[in-house]
Amino acid sequence: MSKYLLIESRDPYESGDGDFIPSLAAQLTAKGKEVTILLVQNGVLPARTNAERGKLSQALEAGVTVLADSFSLRERGIGDSDIAPTIRPVQLDVVIDAMADGIKTIWH
Amino acid sequence: MADKPTLTFAFMDPPYETGRTATFFRMLDISARRGYHIKVFAYEGAVALPFSLQKAHANSVHGRDAAEENHPLPKDWVASLMAEAEKNGGSLNWVNCGLCVDERGVNAAIDGVSRGSPSDFWKLAAASENSLVIPTR
Repeated sequence: MSKYLLIESRDPYESGDGDFIPSLAAQLTAKGKEVTILLVQNGVLPARTNAERGKLSQALEAGVTVLADSFSLRERGIGDSDIAPTIRPVQLDVVIDAMADGIKTIWH
Repeated sequence: MADKPTLTFAFMDPPYETGRTATFFRMLDISARRGYHIKVFAYEGAVALPFSLQKAHANSVHGRDAAEENHPLPKDWVASLMAEAEKNGGSLNWVNCGLCVDERGVNAAIDGVSRGSPSDFWKLAAASENSLVIPTR
């Protein structure tokens, strides 16, 4: 089964195409692909517990795994207790792990 | 021991402008510490990252001299990453887009940086286990 790591670096509340990655992830999952979204930089803002997650919620419901870069969270003062339980903080190593494993890795 | 993987990155952002640069360097750092073979194709403004004439400066507003200001220079980060990769049995091969260099007048680059064209990115990617393109917005 093809695996994808989709990296979302954009703030969905500022960017006009914040739905692109969650929508792509949901479509790929519907086609039987294993998809992970990694939120980095301002892309981590919807990881906050009470944030409006829009299409990202739909992606989660579709079975997409959503991770958030710990460094980006800390930079923005978002503590572990402030993160939605459906989103897991991780080290950026997940990108290099994925690349080394041949997983299709796409930056947005 | 199995060969360490080769990973290629294409990057476009100039120094100091965006958070992407920090994230990009963090990914190179992880790869270098693992002793991976790293290939970078720097395009557009990113060709200024290893520009050898970058200079640290003082900060007269805050009353600090150059040493106290300790201004970070991306060329030093690139050199450090090259050394770190080599120390761990890997490598960092950095290729600057030649036309992008000429446009910006940043021909002077630190040792280890070569000049190429977008076709080199294709060659690097073709010879790598995986590639990541980090486009500017």
